Order: sequence, then C-alpha cells, then structure tokens
Amino acid sequence: MFYRENGQFKSSYSSDQAIFPIAQDRAFVIGILLVAFCGVPFFINEYWANAILIPLLVYALAGLGLNILTGYCGQVSLGTGAFMAVGAYASFKLVGFFPEVNYLILIFVSGLVTAAVGVVFGLPSLRIKGFYLAVATLAAQFFLIWLFNKVGWFYDHSPTGMITVRPIDFFGVRVTGPEATPAAKYLFTLTIIATLTLTAKNIVRGRVGRSWMAIRDMDIAAELIGIKPLQAKLSAFAVSSFYIGVAGALYFGVYLGSVEPLEAFDINQSFYVLFIIIIGGLGSILGAFLGAAFIVLLPILMKNLMVGGFGVASGTAGHVEILLLGALIIFFLIVEPHGLARLWQIAKEKLRLWPFPH
Amino acid sequence: MTTHSRNETLLEVESISLSFGGVHALSDVSFDIRKGEVRSIIGPNGAGKSSMLNVINGFYHPQEGSITYQGKRRAQMKPHEAALGGIARTFQNIALFRGMSTLDNIMTGRNTKMSKGLFWQALHFGPAKREEIENREFVEHVIDFLEIQTIRKTPVGRLPYGLQKRVELGRALAAEPTLLLLDEPMAGMNLEEKEDMSRFILETNEEFGTTIALIEHDMGVVMDISDRVVVLDYGRKIAEGTPEEVRANQNVIDAYLGVSHD
Repeated sequence: MFYRENGQFKSSYSSDQAIFPIAQDRAFVIGILLVAFCGVPFFINEYWANAILIPLLVYALAGLGLNILTGYCGQVSLGTGAFMAVGAYASFKLVGFFPEVNYLILIFVSGLVTAAVGVVFGLPSLRIKGFYLAVATLAAQFFLIWLFNKVGWFYDHSPTGMITVRPIDFFGVRVTGPEATPAAKYLFTLTIIATLTLTAKNIVRGRVGRSWMAIRDMDIAAELIGIKPLQAKLSAFAVSSFYIGVAGALYFGVYLGSVEPLEAFDINQSFYVLFIIIIGGLGSILGAFLGAAFIVLLPILMKNLMVGGFGVASGTAGHVEILLLGALIIFFLIVEPHGLARLWQIAKEKLRLWPFPH
Repeated sequence: MTTHSRNETLLEVESISLSFGGVHALSDVSFDIRKGEVRSIIGPNGAGKSSMLNVINGFYHPQEGSITYQGKRRAQMKPHEAALGGIARTFQNIALFRGMSTLDNIMTGRNTKMSKGLFWQALHFGPAKREEIENREFVEHVIDFLEIQTIRKTPVGRLPYGLQKRVELGRALAAEPTLLLLDEPMAGMNLEEKEDMSRFILETNEEFGTTIALIEHDMGVVMDISDRVVVLDYGRKIAEGTPEEVRANQNVIDAYLGVSHD
C-alpha cells in the first residue's frame, strides 16, 4: 500500500541508475542514516558501543570486503582473518612511526598495505579456482599469523606478544583506548563504514563491478568480451583486501584495543566473516550488513534470553548458543540459500503488490 | 543489399590446422570473409565449425596456418586482441552472465569502450559517471533494436531460452563489432523465434554494415540469409560458394546424406 513506485517516472539515465531509484527506499535509508548519525550518539553507552554497534559495523565492513571478492568476483577466500591482521598490524606500526599523522590517513594506508598483500596472495587465483583457491588462501591465513606471532618487529618486541593501541586523538577527540567515549568511537567507525559502503556500491555498479561479476558468472565469455582476467581478479583481491584491512585496523584500534594474533585473527575469524556473507547474501552490499547483524546480534539475544529469561547458567548458555547458531545457519541456508538480502528483496516485491494481489 | 564494397577481405584464414592431442579438429582449412557479407559455416556435427570460430577469436590457438584480420597477419589471435579489434561473438550454449540483469549483461559488452579507473568509479562522479551514462545510452539503442525493453532489469537467469539468445546477441552488438561471430544463434528455437532472430541478424548486417560469420544447422535459414557458405566435414573444407552452388555440390550432399560404400 505504501511501498509503491507508481508515478515515479525517470526522465534521465542518471536518475534511473541511482542507488535507490524508488523514493520510499531513499527515504528509508536517509532515515536510518539520520538516526545512526544524529540520534544514536546521544544515547549510546559503553555496552551498546562495545558489545553491539562497533563489532556489528566492523564485521559488516569485513563482510563487505569478502563479499567483493567472493560474492562479486567469485573467488573463494579463507584468508580474511589474516588480512584483517595485516590491517591491524599495519595500523599499529604506522601509528608508531608517524604519531602526528591523522589517524584516518593511517587507517587508509593500512588498507593499502593490506591491498598489496592481498594482491600477492591473489596471484594463485589466475591458475586455480574454487576449493583449490580456498586452500591457497588458507596458506595466507597460516603464514601471516605465524609471521606476526614470530617476528618481534611486528609487535615491537613486547614481552606478551600482544599489540596494544596507543591513545589517538582524531581532530582533538580521543577515538581509541579506554578513555575514548563510546559515542566518539562509534561515530568514527560509522563514518568510515558509511563512506566505504557508498564507494563499494559505486564500484560494483560500474564497469569494474560488472567485470568482476562477468568473471564470476562465465569467465570464458568475459575474456572473449575483452575483460582481462588478470586485471579483474587482482583488482577484486586488492579492493577486497583494502576493505578487510581497514576492518582489521578498526577491529584492533577502536573495538578491542589490544590483540594477540593467534586469538583475534585465527581461522575462526575467517569462517566467521564467510558465514556473514553466506547468511547475508553473496553479491549484495546489504547482505554484508544483514549477515553481520545476524551473526553479532543473535548470540547476544539468545544469551540474554537464556540467562535472563530461563535462568540458565551462563557457561551452559555459551555452549547452547553455539549449537543454536549452527542450527540456525543450516536452517537459513535451506530456507533461503541466497541469504537474508534475497529475503528482503522478496519481501519488497511482495510489498509492492500488498494488499491487492494484482 | 548493402551499398559498400563487397570485395574487400576482412578476415582470411589460411591453412589452419588445429589438433587436441591426436584429434584433428581442423586440418588445412582456408577461407576468407569479406567486408559486409553474411558468411555461413555449415557442416555435420563435429565438423569443426565451433573450433573454427574459437580460432578466429583467439580462444583456440592453431598449430599451423595464419589468420589475417584487417590486413594484419598473425599465427594466432588472442582473445583480448580480438575483442579490441572488434570481433564479438555469441555461443552455442548460451554464455550469459546469469547473475546479472539484461542491462548489466549488455553494458558488460561495452567493456572495451569504457576506460575510467577504479578511483573515479568509486566516487561515481565526473568522468566515470559521464562515461557510464553515454554507454547506457548506446545500450538503450541496442535494447530498442532487439525489442527487449521489458526485460531490462530482469536477471537473465530467469529469462526463457529464446530471450536469452537475444540478450546474448545484444551483448555482442553492444561492442559495435566489425565482425560478429554467431554460433548457432537459432538452435532450439521455434519458427517464430527463428524468424525474429533472422530479422535481427539481417538488420544488423544491413543497417550497421556488420560483417557476420554464423554457424547454423537450419538449412532453410542458412540458404536464405547468407551471401556465401563454407562447408566443413571432419575438420576439412569440402565446399564453398554461394548458397545455390553449395546446395548443388556433390561433396556436400554426400557429407549430409552419407554415401554408399558398395
């Protein structure tokens, strides 16, 4: 009834190619952004920032990165954890070297460093596909984590082997470490992620994005059309790793504050991000956010329900939570293999007709 | 009939031999394609027709022979070089990008016409946006031409077979090809769809002056729309000429109907 596009005529290609061509969608997204930027920061507290919103945003960004590679370009990767670690360690070292340079620039450069590393580990994709490529990226996962754990230079020879973020001011506002306010951390993360989401959408709807999808759907035809597989695949690895690297830098700097590579960036992290995009929807920007929300929020919801609602001991609840999450993942994959983003799309198609059947 | 000269050679293949291990897909095949003509390649199953197209656009690399395209002689084409040189093709088993919409598929066909880098793309601003809109305009012409306006935003995986073939033709046309290779554009179509497709092929040839090389099994169609025909059998060229000449050729009749060995 309310979700109608009747009467919304497009008179230029530019308006037809807008990200949200339907007025209601546009209003909805603007509303969400307004709430996220202008509403939430006034009410946010330590718990909401550190347990819910910041991890959600950071995981959405990592999911976005992996989705570019796996969802759009069709190259399976299990090295996400390691690439996040590259971003984290790069930002750690860069902040050490150039403490007076703007943190945002350093995070950006950390992303570029990760992109370079991603391209190197993406080289095998020119020869191998599918599961074999996934195994090749596993090499990145194990090698890089081993490197960060083994070579003292990376963690400044700290006796624990951990890296801890220095307190950093961003235009006079503390954004890292224990003294940063939840609102500052949240806004800093949100701004980066909102910007990067927009650029990701721009890339995937343009020539580069189409060449990725062409490689994903039918690489032979893509090649005969004049798309260079080398360029398409490596650019996907680069952009994807850039996003994952920035996510890693935020995960370390803003979210956790101090990390130990074997725990924070191990193979589970790679799977975690892979689950996010599979549940959220491969090849969808929205999917990365929905998937991250599912993976981050559901355990919290279940824990609160079990501990608070049914009085289950919190240790037991932790185990049951993993079981339930696994079951839910399987359930969702059977019901909708294309993920939550597809469900959302179906819902919108239904809504266009509701409440009249025609 | 087109007005421009029919005598200029656009592409010439000379003594092409291609084998996979011990299997000889093509042996010593030579023929030429003239500018502006509709050239059909026919032959029984396994005659090497698709292999010939794959050689022309650089997907297969022949062991012997040479290919002269637009005056430049090479031992083999490279796919990217062929695409930049204006050779586009469709496939026997539709090779569309199934996850993408009709519009995106055809836009992808304009890949070689677009060049703006990742940075501008990410901002979707200035040159990249202009380029996108200019190319969208051309793609809309192709969409109008093929009468597929209604399925513009439909993912091609959901389209029926006949329409998919049409979208694939659109993707090839989007590249503004000089030479269009069509691998069985009418396979599995009903009469009406075949008529539509023939019309699109002829109009492409006549309006845009695109040279067309096509493989087809429907002899009625081949005889109707082609200027010249080349016949392959077991990887060898057995006949060549106008449709009438080929129809009357004894070798061709033998190849299609078989010959008694008594």
